[in-house]
Amino acid sequence: MLGTINPVKLIADRAHAVGALVLADAAQSVPHMPVSVQDLGADFVGFTGHKMCGPTGIGVLWARRELLDEMPPFLGGGEMIETVWMDHSTFAAPPHKFEAGTMPIAEAAGLAAAADYLNEIGRESIHAHEQALLADALAQLTDIAGLRILGPTEPADRGAAISFEVDGVHPHDLSQVLDELGIAVRAGHHCAWPLHRALGVQASTRASFYLYNTHEEVTALADGIRQAQKFFGVI
Amino acid sequence: MQIQSLYQEIILDHYRNPHHKGLREPFDAEVHHVNPTCGDEVTMRVALKDVDGDPVVTDVSYDALGCSISQASASVMSDLVIGKPVGEAMRISQEFLDLMQSKGETEPDENTLEDAVAFAGVAKYPARIKCALLGWMAWKDATGRALDETTGQAS
Repeated sequence: MLGTINPVKLIADRAHAVGALVLADAAQSVPHMPVSVQDLGADFVGFTGHKMCGPTGIGVLWARRELLDEMPPFLGGGEMIETVWMDHSTFAAPPHKFEAGTMPIAEAAGLAAAADYLNEIGRESIHAHEQALLADALAQLTDIAGLRILGPTEPADRGAAISFEVDGVHPHDLSQVLDELGIAVRAGHHCAWPLHRALGVQASTRASFYLYNTHEEVTALADGIRQAQKFFGVI
Repeated sequence: MQIQSLYQEIILDHYRNPHHKGLREPFDAEVHHVNPTCGDEVTMRVALKDVDGDPVVTDVSYDALGCSISQASASVMSDLVIGKPVGEAMRISQEFLDLMQSKGETEPDENTLEDAVAFAGVAKYPARIKCALLGWMAWKDATGRALDETTGQAS
């Protein structure tokens, strides 16, 4: 919601110091920037196909080898066994141990294509493009009277998702006007209702950018917000 | 802008100056409803009075936070039900629900729905139907509880 890039290594070090394991939800980072699971420091790293130009219904869970070896299977079925008896079974090594039965074949093909696509463009390039859009968006949005950005207003340590409030225009109404103008934003709590309460915010609007967005679109967003302000009589 | 069919002037008027807003006493039941997808919420109180054996809505008071559609709808709803017998108010409520689910294919009856006909455009924007219905659902819930209370006491 805030776009903050969290210090995962720092958190992981603290967790490991007390014997805890860390799972990093990297769904919002892996598609946008180069991520090294070794450097990240987390024990499990997950991300999803549908946030990286791939299909829904498939994702990736990376985990440290020792953990995967230790964990029991959670689904039984074809391909995850080594031997089967009436009273016991032995299981295949990871990853097959965790991939029972018929896999989502079409989705896997789609995910592979998406990964190839992003790697071909290069995630460094994608990240650089997003950072440029982000800086542009932060500058244009902070210029709008009555708009308050939630979270960091500088591009440093920040991903290209910006949540904000606009005085006198409820997010649901703002997103309706923007929708009319061909701009898609999210309105509500962005699966972070407790964070909204902590910030004293009833609901917010979130705009996020990816490799396919342009600077013209950033300007269109700012113009659209001003149009909504006019429509609802706040400017 | 096509959006004018959704945001009729009546709706914006009710949004700027909501009728009957505020929580008042006395009341017979209070409920709290939310729309989890966008954070619209309403606390609603209903006061009923027995008139010749039939319950009549004497007051609907509410505190609400949310988008213009949900706020305006609560305001319009309170205008429509206050002073009416519960049975009649429930029929109006059903007619409004039918209008919301009509996909914009039915003509609303201004005689029954009055200002609520302004919400006819909402039926073409599925994401906003719940907004328009929030106040009505809260009112139905509160009224139901208020009636249960009364029958509970009577027996």
